[in-house]
Amino acid sequence: MNNLDSIENYGVHEAGTAPILSLEGITKTFPPSVVALDGVSFGVHSGEVHALLGENGAGKSTLMKVLAGIHKADAGEIYLEGRPIKMENPMDAKHQGILLIHQELSLVPEMTVAENIFLGYLPRKWPNRVDWKKLYGDADAILKRLKCNFSAKDKVSKLSIAKKHMVEIARALVFTPKIVVFDEPTASLTDTEKFVLFDVIHDLKAQGVAIVYISHRMDEIFTLSDRITVLRDGGYRGTVETKETDEDEITRLMIGRSLDTSRNIDTAQFGDKVLEVKNLSCGSLFQDISFSIRKGEVVGMYGLVGAGRTEIAETLFGLRTPTGGEVLLDGKRLDITNTTDAVRNGLALVPENRKEQGLVLGMSCRDNITMAVLQHVSSAGVLSRAQESNIYDKYAEELAIKSPSGAQKVGNLSGGNQQKVVIGKWLATHPKVLILDEPTRGIDVGSKSEIHKLIRQLAKSGYAVLVISSEMPEVLGVSDRILAMYNGRINGEFLDSEVTEDDLVRAISFEQKGQL
Amino acid sequence: MSDTISEIKSGGEASLAKKYSQLLARQGILVAFVLFLVVFSIFSDRFLSTDNFMTVIRQASIIGTIAIGVTIVVIGGNLDLSVGSLLSFCTVLVVDLHDKIGPTGAIGLMLVFALLIGAINGYLIGYLKLNSLIVTLGMLSAIQGITLIYTGGQNVDIQNQEGTWFAFFGRGYLWGIAVPVLIFLGLALIAEFVLKATTYGRKVFSVGGNPAAAVFSGLRRNRMVFSTYLLSAFTTACAAIILGSRVMGSQNNVGQGYELLVLAGVILGGTSLLGGSGSITRTIIGVLILSFIQNGLLLLGYPYYAQWLVTWAVIILAVWLDIASTRGKIFTSFS
Repeated sequence: MNNLDSIENYGVHEAGTAPILSLEGITKTFPPSVVALDGVSFGVHSGEVHALLGENGAGKSTLMKVLAGIHKADAGEIYLEGRPIKMENPMDAKHQGILLIHQELSLVPEMTVAENIFLGYLPRKWPNRVDWKKLYGDADAILKRLKCNFSAKDKVSKLSIAKKHMVEIARALVFTPKIVVFDEPTASLTDTEKFVLFDVIHDLKAQGVAIVYISHRMDEIFTLSDRITVLRDGGYRGTVETKETDEDEITRLMIGRSLDTSRNIDTAQFGDKVLEVKNLSCGSLFQDISFSIRKGEVVGMYGLVGAGRTEIAETLFGLRTPTGGEVLLDGKRLDITNTTDAVRNGLALVPENRKEQGLVLGMSCRDNITMAVLQHVSSAGVLSRAQESNIYDKYAEELAIKSPSGAQKVGNLSGGNQQKVVIGKWLATHPKVLILDEPTRGIDVGSKSEIHKLIRQLAKSGYAVLVISSEMPEVLGVSDRILAMYNGRINGEFLDSEVTEDDLVRAISFEQKGQL
Repeated sequence: MSDTISEIKSGGEASLAKKYSQLLARQGILVAFVLFLVVFSIFSDRFLSTDNFMTVIRQASIIGTIAIGVTIVVIGGNLDLSVGSLLSFCTVLVVDLHDKIGPTGAIGLMLVFALLIGAINGYLIGYLKLNSLIVTLGMLSAIQGITLIYTGGQNVDIQNQEGTWFAFFGRGYLWGIAVPVLIFLGLALIAEFVLKATTYGRKVFSVGGNPAAAVFSGLRRNRMVFSTYLLSAFTTACAAIILGSRVMGSQNNVGQGYELLVLAGVILGGTSLLGGSGSITRTIIGVLILSFIQNGLLLLGYPYYAQWLVTWAVIILAVWLDIASTRGKIFTSFS
């Protein structure tokens, strides 16, 4: 709990009077007709954490790419310490002291951590040889500052995604930057790593570095930032002092209306047990998992990344072979060894990684939606376009998928609509059990609440639903019952109506007895 | 507001120009094809004749038939480089067995062996998930070795060339069209139908487009990949029947280099080596372009090896144009 306490100390800031960096009237269009940024202006002070918020497509990333010299603005000026600066490429930005820490990783996997941190700036010694000793020494010092528990000599390809992100952050610390931009830095970090990152941000701030922090996560923004600037549809919507605002105001600025977060707590009786899991184990990944889901019920599975949640879903879906225990569907024992069996038996899994596991991005929306029901839209193996279109039209309407047509490539849709296509694909199979793994990851606030509503509706119409999530508001918002996972075990089971946030945090962080 | 209006206006103008450039990008290969025909017809008076066209298409039918199967493999996200020596092996086998056990038995037995080799490729790549480039490259030399062992280094031929119905496949005509062309186009038609209109085809595209998503949708990736190698072995065997029947004999390395010509045709047609996109029609166009270049250069009196250089240049140009059209510009900028 030490980490949690230490965040509380962040809040206060004494900003300088003139901003160290200011952007004025930045406009950027992508031909032929996409206006990504429309006259955006904002300023950042030294020693300030300035949060940049906005839905997907609001222009945050484009703005930061302009700042980092990756895109060139069509109009507008960037001032650094009062002087206008011109940036032609990312190197210019770096030399001006502006560092962008990317959402996507840009590491060389086959090199060591140290080589990656100092890529392009390897320390030399006479006559022009790499000074390995200094390289590893310096790199280890930076890693120590980041409290990383891996060595500078480790190969990057052997690290987990979270650790790779820490290496990416370590790169920024090689220089003494004036401005550091973090673009969704915590998306793949565990809580512990997140707190280390917050400490680093705190350090940088204390050294007078200006920090621009882009994130979807409200809680982070409220604990970290001093001021918040909101973008919507490529336009500037306002800057507020974090201390003087609340989530409601920010949300209104972001989406232009208030969100309906309340849900009807349906006290209707649930049906029979549909899925029953008994003592399911899979090696060291998870052990002794028992739970059941009734018809019409949403069970939330809450826990940290690495607690074994995704692995349970994958085992149920036939992607992993369990080492013990059994799974009953409608009271009958299931023996599923591959995904084809799983689909045939009425299981559906909306996977964690939409783009890599959920969709064939190069294919049309229609072809993606019918992917799991090809036998129903064909006779003697020959597909019927008409039947395929029927299925697409049905779910496009039911789920309110915003796409110009079924022939549209699914890769061109927004994240929220892509996720709806994945959900549509599974509804088309008329499953008994619907498993959703991180259903709103990387989806903007507006679409998020839409998907939450959808999950409730699906349960109401008779599906048994399992929602896996690492976001507490999501779990609390959609579930009837919550399972807390810790270290490969179910560490507590709670009724949504009775649980407190405190209970949940404790249950996913420490070993304890369940309490239902 | 006036900004938005001018925006829309310029958008409208741009979209017309964009339509043309998009058309060029999408049909670029077809445009290039027509351009080739025009240029060659200007420089050679023999080029533009029905006779010559039929000859070219007949010559293209062997590469084309193999390319049908390979296109399916490539759409499924893999490569097949073993088809060159598989063609040698199958041709040698069918020719050698013809005099020993008769044409029916020869064709049947050859098909069995071809499918067996396809199954080995398919098992290693589909079920054991080994890299397709390495597996089929290994298979390429393995089959060449088997062929040499089988023939003892000798070439084979058919004794009674006039009195066998086996000659029909390579030398016959039906409705005035050469049989190899009919086999090639017939198989192409079936394959295009299967790819575009059946559940099997859709599954191949899905598995090639995103293997993980296909598996997460309950498709059997391993089985699909396995089946694509059976198909490429089958079309290669069909090509071997045409070749054996046409020549009525076979050198033991007759298929050498075919794997690259076939792949060149597939790439030239615009089927992505990453999998998940492409079509048989495009491959046919790609193969025909290669054949017409070959034919045109010969008619213009260039030496045989000139075609290799020109083929290389054409492939680079095709890939470059393809990238340029997705990127929206010819050259890339910094980084």
